[in-house]
Amino acid sequence: MDKAQIIETVNEFLMEEFEADAADIVAGENMHEALDLDSLDYVDLVVLIDENFGFKTTSEDFQSITTFDDFYDFIASKVG
Amino acid sequence: MNRVVITGRGVYSCLGKNVEEATESLKAGRSGIIFDPIRKEMGFRSALVGNVEIPDLKKEVGRKDRKAMPEEAMYAFVSTKEALANAGMTQEFIDENEVGILFGNDSTAGAVIEGVDLLRAKKDTTLIGSGNIFQSMNSTVTMNLSTIFRLKGVNFTISAACASGSHSIGMGYLLIKMGLQKQVVCGGAQEVNPYAFGSFDGIGTFSTQEDEPSKASKPFDKNRDGLVPSGGGATVILESLESAQARGANILAEVVGYGFSSNGEHISNPNKDGQVRALNMAMEMGGVKPSEVDYINAHATSTPVGDGFEAQAIHHVFGDNGPLVSSTKSMTGHECWMAGASELVYCLAMMENGFVAPNINFKEADEHSEKLNIPNKRVEKELNTIVSNSFGFGGTNSTLIIRKFAH
Repeated sequence: MDKAQIIETVNEFLMEEFEADAADIVAGENMHEALDLDSLDYVDLVVLIDENFGFKTTSEDFQSITTFDDFYDFIASKVG
Repeated sequence: MNRVVITGRGVYSCLGKNVEEATESLKAGRSGIIFDPIRKEMGFRSALVGNVEIPDLKKEVGRKDRKAMPEEAMYAFVSTKEALANAGMTQEFIDENEVGILFGNDSTAGAVIEGVDLLRAKKDTTLIGSGNIFQSMNSTVTMNLSTIFRLKGVNFTISAACASGSHSIGMGYLLIKMGLQKQVVCGGAQEVNPYAFGSFDGIGTFSTQEDEPSKASKPFDKNRDGLVPSGGGATVILESLESAQARGANILAEVVGYGFSSNGEHISNPNKDGQVRALNMAMEMGGVKPSEVDYINAHATSTPVGDGFEAQAIHHVFGDNGPLVSSTKSMTGHECWMAGASELVYCLAMMENGFVAPNINFKEADEHSEKLNIPNKRVEKELNTIVSNSFGFGGTNSTLIIRKFAH
């Protein structure tokens, strides 16, 4: 799966499951602020990553992720 | 002691998605019961159930709130929104006052099983997701609605089997009467998914007269063979008379009595004595004489044993030539945890519109119901005082009495 496919998949589930507007998803922007994420949302992100990319992660993994780009890169590093 | 009045009501049930629709069904004697083939495939003895559609709340409730809501909380959201609007109770008023919430609920089987199935499949608790814990707790309705409507008064769930909804209104009534609360959102909610009713079906409680679903529920009839499960959400807004008058609210009725008791006997079989004690307690509390009661909305679920005991209890308290008695469960089926609340909403509709809903499918009385005055057609009648009975497993009994408001 290349980066473009990862971005497309992530953006799709953020819009579908997190009801994010496409305009709010900007690669270099702060993902936590743009999506107003709380601690429960990270649990749901873990579920969505498992469902869409087939690997298990923990909510602690998100501590190193700030922007949407960081998120795409994190997933790319796992499914690369 | 404060006088306690009802200023708003809402319902979401197999009779309609709001009070107006439900009132039309009650007037017409229209059943909300259907045959659900999925239940048959699952091994149910009876596939009969109330036809309740899960509402789409995407436009009304945000994602963060919605993911914590099982179906019963969604039903209760719809009925509560209607009741608050009916009461003219704005979010601004709620934000500035300590409005409470008490709801009857006694299961979250759908959410529990969904969570356990995910755990078994994924073998990782995180993959159950964040919403399931809030969906699967018995207080799910009050925790969800108190959050969404930003309620700041009393906040807990009452679990008392099929009397849960009635007791929640009774407890709200007492809290306001005693001056501990000024406004309380009261009601009941009931999930309808098959998981909620599988074991209930298994003990042989449900009617198996599946050929004509609308005719299966026949409370008080000699040929009744069991109840039909249903559910939804129902809400009434209770407040002190002082609060209602200060807001300039339209008063729908006054709650004048609440009686409760426990049979202290069998876990599933009712008895006459406990029901009589609840009835008498409510009548004494309200200073209501039997001759003043215009209508009794019976608990009668259409089970052979239960209806017989209630008929005896009503006859014991009201004697021969007693008030009109009907069970709206003939149309709704048994709305279980919410029944006491939904049936009070149905009673309010009858009081407001001057009619007694028919006990449809009542064709032949038995030795006990022949002593009651049970109409199987709608009766046009002014209703000033109404008694509503609710009884549940474990022998829990609740009786509420409402009166047309008079200064």
